Amino acid sequence: MAEFALPANSKIGVGETYKAAAGVKNIKTFKVYRWTPDDGKNPSVDTYEVDMDTCGPMILDALIKIKNEMDSSLTFRRSCREGVCGSCAMNIDGTNTLACTKYISEVKGDIKIYPLPHMPVVRDLVPDLNVPYAQLASIEPWLKSTTQPPTRERLQSPEERAKLDGLWECILCFCCSTSCPSYWWNGERYLGPAILLQAYRWIADSRDEAKGERLDQLEDPFRLYRCHTIMNCTKTCPKHLNPAKAIAEIKKLMVERTV
Amino acid sequence: MSVANRPVHRPLSPHLQVYKPQLTSVLSILHRATGIALSVGVLYLAVWVICAASGARSYEMFQSFNSSIVGRIFLGGWLYCVFYHLFNGIRHLFWDAGYGFELKDAYRSGWLVVVVSLVATAVSWIVGLRLI
Repeated sequence: MAEFALPANSKIGVGETYKAAAGVKNIKTFKVYRWTPDDGKNPSVDTYEVDMDTCGPMILDALIKIKNEMDSSLTFRRSCREGVCGSCAMNIDGTNTLACTKYISEVKGDIKIYPLPHMPVVRDLVPDLNVPYAQLASIEPWLKSTTQPPTRERLQSPEERAKLDGLWECILCFCCSTSCPSYWWNGERYLGPAILLQAYRWIADSRDEAKGERLDQLEDPFRLYRCHTIMNCTKTCPKHLNPAKAIAEIKKLMVERTV
Repeated sequence: MSVANRPVHRPLSPHLQVYKPQLTSVLSILHRATGIALSVGVLYLAVWVICAASGARSYEMFQSFNSSIVGRIFLGGWLYCVFYHLFNGIRHLFWDAGYGFELKDAYRSGWLVVVVSLVATAVSWIVGLRLI
């Protein structure tokens, strides 16, 4: 059942303020969600005044600068810093995106940064992604075949290969799933846009021979059909993919196979 | 138990509290809200019929409520609910057939539904008043 308010242990308080050094002129204020398991306190939002004259252009540059120069306890995931690993997915200025590909200059006023929404928090901006990873495993994201393996590569025509464009590029950052109100309210049973896009990536693959099984597994009031075409997923995807369309294609296949 | 293995009651990260309303999600929840409002409106319709069946006095009472400011707001709102739910339902039918999923198209169709349902509400309100 949907719970719209945050539980008592998740209510957010006001945290500390880290002022910029005297004489710094070009300041941007970052308000960052903080929580540590160590002190038994509720989460809070800390304020950091960052010197823009000595900061890189991306939100991730600012977070790294804060960690290096102002507050080494700030915790977040990051790796590739170029939008291919999906580690630094977080809620920036009210929508989910990658900190490494989001320009600081895109945000007017103070920059508010929270972890991906409606997830258990491990620490600060690090969400616990165990559930979506388990859901990914549940759709068996690998090529399945029952026929004799060929002696060489499994061939695809250029047209068949083109069907996977817009699907294979997903980096599993979970910006989309955690932007989806349906996933917020039913995240344990509804697979969410990221996983359903992955499911369709294998269903649409001409080399895969388990299409029927895959559809059987998704034929469920929750796993697939909690998608109500809200389209927050497509709106927020930092790779500009279209999970809503992929889910619609699965729903169409469900109908097609019954007629 | 070591500190590392101690069970932690992790907080839930904020969701509705921080996520900016998107046209996509706002129109979606509006579809549901107008659906609920229509169900309530059907009860209102039933009361209307009951009043009509119970004689001139009770019907007159109901009519005087209908033509009061509150009654007009209620009926106008209900009318908008009818049209919004209808047109957005058609938008959903297109989606079910696999059309209109590009973000640009979803925004266009969304605004179209909002505007067309407003126009339809205004037109049928004016025509309705003329006919009385």
